[in-house]
Amino acid sequence: MDNIIRKYLIMTLFKYGYIFQVQMILRERFCHQRLPEKPVGMESQHKHLLELLRRTAVHGESNSVLIVGPRGSGKTMLLNCVLRELLEVKDVNKNVLPVHLNGLLQTDDRIALKEITRQLNLENVVGDKVFGSFAENLAFLLEALKKGDRSSSRPVLFILDEFDLFAHHKNQTLLYNLLDVSQSAQAPVAVIGLTCRLDVLELLEKRVKSRFSHRQIHLLSSLSFIQYLDNVRSQLSLPQDFPDTKFYDEWNDSIKTLCEDQLVVDVLQSHYNSSKDFRSLHLLLMLALSRVSASKPAIKPTDLLEASRVCMVDSKANILHGLSILELCLIIAMKHLNDIYEGEPFNFQMVHNEFKKFLQRKSHSIHNFDKPVVIKAFEHLQQLELIKSMDSSTAKIQKEYQLMKLLLDHSQIMEALQKYPQCPTDVKQWAMSAFG
Amino acid sequence: MAAQLQHLGYEDEKLQRVMERLPCRDVQASMLLALMGEQCSYPSIFIYGHRATGKSHVIHTLLKELELPYATVSCVECVSVGLLFEQVLLSLFGSDSASLLSRSPSLSDFVRVYKQLCVQASAKQTRYIVLDRAELLRDMEANLLPAFLRLQELVEDNVTVILLSEIVWDKFRPNTGCFEPLLLHFPDYSKGELQQILSEDSHPSYSPELYSAFINILLGVFYSVCRDLRELRHLAALHFSKFVEPLEQGKESDTHKLWRNIEPHLKKAMQTVYLREVSSVQWEQQLQMEEKEAGVVRGLSAHAHVELPYYSKFLLIAAYLASYNPARTDKRFFLKHHGKIKKTNFLKKHEKTSNHLLGPKPFPLDRLLAIFYSVVDSRVAPTASVFCQISSLVTLQLLNQVGHDDQLDAPKYKCAVSLDFILTISRCVYPMLYCPLVTDWNHCQTPASAAL
Repeated sequence: MDNIIRKYLIMTLFKYGYIFQVQMILRERFCHQRLPEKPVGMESQHKHLLELLRRTAVHGESNSVLIVGPRGSGKTMLLNCVLRELLEVKDVNKNVLPVHLNGLLQTDDRIALKEITRQLNLENVVGDKVFGSFAENLAFLLEALKKGDRSSSRPVLFILDEFDLFAHHKNQTLLYNLLDVSQSAQAPVAVIGLTCRLDVLELLEKRVKSRFSHRQIHLLSSLSFIQYLDNVRSQLSLPQDFPDTKFYDEWNDSIKTLCEDQLVVDVLQSHYNSSKDFRSLHLLLMLALSRVSASKPAIKPTDLLEASRVCMVDSKANILHGLSILELCLIIAMKHLNDIYEGEPFNFQMVHNEFKKFLQRKSHSIHNFDKPVVIKAFEHLQQLELIKSMDSSTAKIQKEYQLMKLLLDHSQIMEALQKYPQCPTDVKQWAMSAFG
Repeated sequence: MAAQLQHLGYEDEKLQRVMERLPCRDVQASMLLALMGEQCSYPSIFIYGHRATGKSHVIHTLLKELELPYATVSCVECVSVGLLFEQVLLSLFGSDSASLLSRSPSLSDFVRVYKQLCVQASAKQTRYIVLDRAELLRDMEANLLPAFLRLQELVEDNVTVILLSEIVWDKFRPNTGCFEPLLLHFPDYSKGELQQILSEDSHPSYSPELYSAFINILLGVFYSVCRDLRELRHLAALHFSKFVEPLEQGKESDTHKLWRNIEPHLKKAMQTVYLREVSSVQWEQQLQMEEKEAGVVRGLSAHAHVELPYYSKFLLIAAYLASYNPARTDKRFFLKHHGKIKKTNFLKKHEKTSNHLLGPKPFPLDRLLAIFYSVVDSRVAPTASVFCQISSLVTLQLLNQVGHDDQLDAPKYKCAVSLDFILTISRCVYPMLYCPLVTDWNHCQTPASAAL
């Protein structure tokens, strides 16, 4: 008896440790802190990009390429995988200089140039020199990278994240100069841009566009639902090198049965229908993973269902749930005004008038509040951004007469009313009546 | 629930203490604890919910009690981005770190300094950056919000950014999209939960049941108007002493009678303290005084205390009449012998649209003066002092000038005050004044003129 209890205790202790490790591994995957072994569903793009960069790194050819794909489709992941594979070769590792620029951080060409100088470790070389133009500065930097025997400069990979933001800089100087260098035979550079805008080429000036090689790699996900399910299963499974084989088998089997459960398949189908990208999948799986603990060491179908519910909820409906009765009545009055006047903007006086009509004719439970109290409720709705003023200048019109519009849909309001806690019946009936 | 949280490795007593300080927020706190991980956590979390639903309270309690490294910034205080960056670096890396930033740092500088400091002090635990009132980030530089959402990627460190806001995430999303954070909702408290939380503030010398009964009464009056926990606590604190006054004086002890005593005060509070017309100090003083001594409470709204000269009052009344009556009715109201006005087709169609709903209309100066002369009860010469008073009314923003400043010979004005203000003013200029205000063709007298 003792033995059995002791064995049970040891097992739970181990399980606790294993669950901890499982959490660690899976979280690293879902929170994007570790690159996958090889990216899923992008084999041809991977090959293409690798080939291009190898030509720059090894053979000294200059190139420019744009990786285009919607948010969360894996552009940065693809690039990082390719770079990792490229830098495995020792010669390449010693020679190639990657320079990472981001459109969100380097909002100006001057800042970008300083960042390039810093990343190339040429701050000392540049020192206090003053350059006439951007082009001169860049040429100086590239000149300084020439190898000892002055035969050729080291290859530089310029990686421009959020490429479309660079196109908004003044005169697009940075882009022009980088692409110019990639066209001329000055030094072997590769310019790799990552962007989420499919129409990014429209943003470029003519002179910049002409220097670009028009090479684009598109990451438009073409996974079928079966492939998507397979992806889910592989994302949730443990890697081969997990220390305990028994636990590894148990976990992977539970994941396999999970992915065959009809409830789970339905949840994943609805997610697949709204977006196929990796990021939203990782969000869902992260929420499901957070419910795994030592006392519950497996992911159940209900976890995924709950996670899906959290992801797909209408936030405005949640906010409507927390309004006071007076504010809810004001929203219903606005809905009636919208119905009668077909979406024309209204002001506070009109809403108050509708509300008073309701109080006179139909209400039993709502107290007749003073006008300033109703104005305070109206202003609260304005602060929550459920209603918005039509014109931006608030100077000359009294606040009761400013025209507003309602930023809620008819169906949203009706649904919120159904879920509202302890809603008085006369308010509900007023909302559902056709002519206020 | 404690079993659920065991895998995080926190001690049970700490968790117990944390849960005690967060009443009615167990579900949200446990969800947050489950998401916050030691090794790595999701790059950004967005928490939304109404005011006073405990968003900042829960986050700060969790971070403080469990002694996690964090930096908290309220975006209201950050008039410039530099302040935001400084505060973050100060809290995460100590006091000499902020000096590494230049005078007006850009986001690029911030990221570079952060990376530098990270190398020196590498994180074993996840760092948290909490941004309160995050809706103000939208109005700052355009790259700030997307950059903070992916800060983990940009600085290559284990950091999570938590955004707290009242506004839903749909209104934050930039045009070209951004990294979508994890969305968490903090639901509003139900009436029972509000009762439970408010009852925790009970006064030591009275029984909790009495205080609960008091809270019940308070919620009965205010719940349909306001569900904000902070406002309700403020009102409860102000009124409890008045509530127990009969008990102290030994007069009453029945809850029902105590309720009858306090109810008119609560109703009055809704018109004054709730609207911030009077400060809480003024209100407390007023509650101290006996009923017969208490005068009218001076509120903040203009109509309580603005004193105007004699002719200015008439000018303002004339302006109100000019704004809200259509011009064709002037003949009927202000001339002794007027003819009949026929209702045209246009008027029949638009009977329902009253001027009181649409707002004041602009009128020329001549019309104002014409109505003024017929309304004032003595003979007034058109001297400069009368015209001067019109300009003063514009400066006081009781009238608005419509149109361009340099139209000198025919300026147009609009009345910018409400009916209540006009009623207060016209009460002073007794003997009376027939104040015809057209609301409806069938009812040519308003309660205003009936009262006068």
